[in-house]
Amino acid sequence: MTPATARARRLATRAGYGAIRVFFVVLLAFPFYWMLITAFKTNKDLYNTANNPYLFNAPPTLEHIIVLFRDTLFLQWLANTAFVGVLVVAITLVLAVPAGYALARMTGPWAQTLGVAIFLTYLVPPTILFIPFSRIVAQLGVQDTLWSLVLVYPSFTVPFCTWLLMGFFKTIPRDLEDAAMIDGLSRLGAFLKVVMPISLAGILTAVIFTFTLVTQEFVYGVTFITSSSSYTVSVGVPTFLVRGDVYFWGSMMAACLIASVPIALIYNLFVDRFVAGFTVGAVK
Amino acid sequence: MIALPAGGKGRARWSFVDNERRLWPAMLAPAILYIALLVGVPFVLSLFYSVSNATVGSRSIQFVGLENFRRIVESGTFWLSLKNTVLITVVSQFLVIVCANILALALTGEFRGKWLVRFLILLPWVAPISLGSIGWLWIFDSIYSVINWTARAVGLLGPHEWPIWLGEPTLAKTSIIIVNVWRIVPLATVIILAGLSSIPQDIHDAAQVDGAGFWRHYFEITGPLIMPITLVALLFGIIFTFTDMIVVFVLTRGGPYDTTQVIASWAYFTGIQGGDLAGGAAISLFLFPVLAIVAVVFLLFAKRAEVT
Repeated sequence: MTPATARARRLATRAGYGAIRVFFVVLLAFPFYWMLITAFKTNKDLYNTANNPYLFNAPPTLEHIIVLFRDTLFLQWLANTAFVGVLVVAITLVLAVPAGYALARMTGPWAQTLGVAIFLTYLVPPTILFIPFSRIVAQLGVQDTLWSLVLVYPSFTVPFCTWLLMGFFKTIPRDLEDAAMIDGLSRLGAFLKVVMPISLAGILTAVIFTFTLVTQEFVYGVTFITSSSSYTVSVGVPTFLVRGDVYFWGSMMAACLIASVPIALIYNLFVDRFVAGFTVGAVK
Repeated sequence: MIALPAGGKGRARWSFVDNERRLWPAMLAPAILYIALLVGVPFVLSLFYSVSNATVGSRSIQFVGLENFRRIVESGTFWLSLKNTVLITVVSQFLVIVCANILALALTGEFRGKWLVRFLILLPWVAPISLGSIGWLWIFDSIYSVINWTARAVGLLGPHEWPIWLGEPTLAKTSIIIVNVWRIVPLATVIILAGLSSIPQDIHDAAQVDGAGFWRHYFEITGPLIMPITLVALLFGIIFTFTDMIVVFVLTRGGPYDTTQVIASWAYFTGIQGGDLAGGAAISLFLFPVLAIVAVVFLLFAKRAEVT
């Protein structure tokens, strides 16, 4: 192989990769582009099949967004999501931080298996558990309230975050704690005073993912909640805004976009850690 | 916060936190208890409901043996749902693995705008799927579908052709598969990407020196090395697609005439909307075998990772 053909081949590969990236970005991001353009179009423009749908055939409008915030419960749903999110984050941290640390520091053949077993409970889907839960929630008297979600959501955030935090604590050298313990701290003291302060990044990751999981959840929300004022955003938009024969496409697309993009931006910052959690030790 | 042990009573109180054999269980117990109560108990209840006559309205529950399962297996909708679930999962996950491998390869190395590209690619996975599906509902709209408009504009559709994406069984299933592929590709891509970046550069260099071309390099070196991680991506994809009801719920509600019903959505419509808790529980249990198989494979993986 001459240097010239080698260079030509490298260039061809580079161009090929570039084309693949463009293709997939267009394919994957298209629905969000479509939400964006729909959210700002006037109804007259939107509902005229003669118009080119990719363009603004009439000047853009803020009408749909005004309708969304003024005439629907969208703000309430956002607030509900935040309320549930904050409480679930608190419960998750209280349970998952100590558990993750114990799993990271335990020795013996069972530690790893126990960790995986806890992670696997994250994979038990809501679609297996939602029917018994609907009755449990009714018997506890919290049906149709946000408290039902606060109670049930940790059932998947705790396993996930325990696993995530276990991985994180394993990266913190034991020597740090050993030194602290020689200086007279107990194991628990070393954990609270030495390990916790340098683990804020890991804990922040757990917070972000708990919040993301809460925002994404749909099945339990649609099962437990029946009054529209108690919906979270991922349940409210598809069930309430579609109900009836009139679809408010402009407002719906605006709602989807507003609820999706901020989470995606934050999530993107932490995605590597998330992947590390998902690859179950298959990558070393 | 934590007073240092100062002998006497304090010593005795804090000696327990130095005893790791008691400390670890104490730190694990709350999490395990919560999980047992909120995953274990409902699961057992679900088994119990499936052999009972529980309904939303009535408080009394009686044991009815395998009656619910007999009812389910005799119903045509069940076989249709099972077939749809398997079809949607197999086809979508095959496409996901192909697409994700290609895309992951194209994302290795440095290029301009990497951050933005990654953000845009991850959007379908991060955005709540119920909202993403709403976006697709609009794209598949019977009158204003942008797909149809574009196809007609470039001459793929004749003047009298106008497919109703969600109104015809085959097209509706295709639509559901498209949305599932769209949703899982980002996850599979980032997982496989992690595998690709863990291959030492030496191996690639050695192949280069030996004169391996692109295809040989891929199929004899890169491909086999990322096999395990591709399997991990596949397992997650299977779980998330097989047990999902959201895409079907938002796009078709199982219609037209239950032809796009999947196990999970049918369990919802039977158990929650229909009030037949026992029937719904029995239906949803058909999701369990796949879940169990995936769990076993994961445990084997973890064992292997521990040994190496």
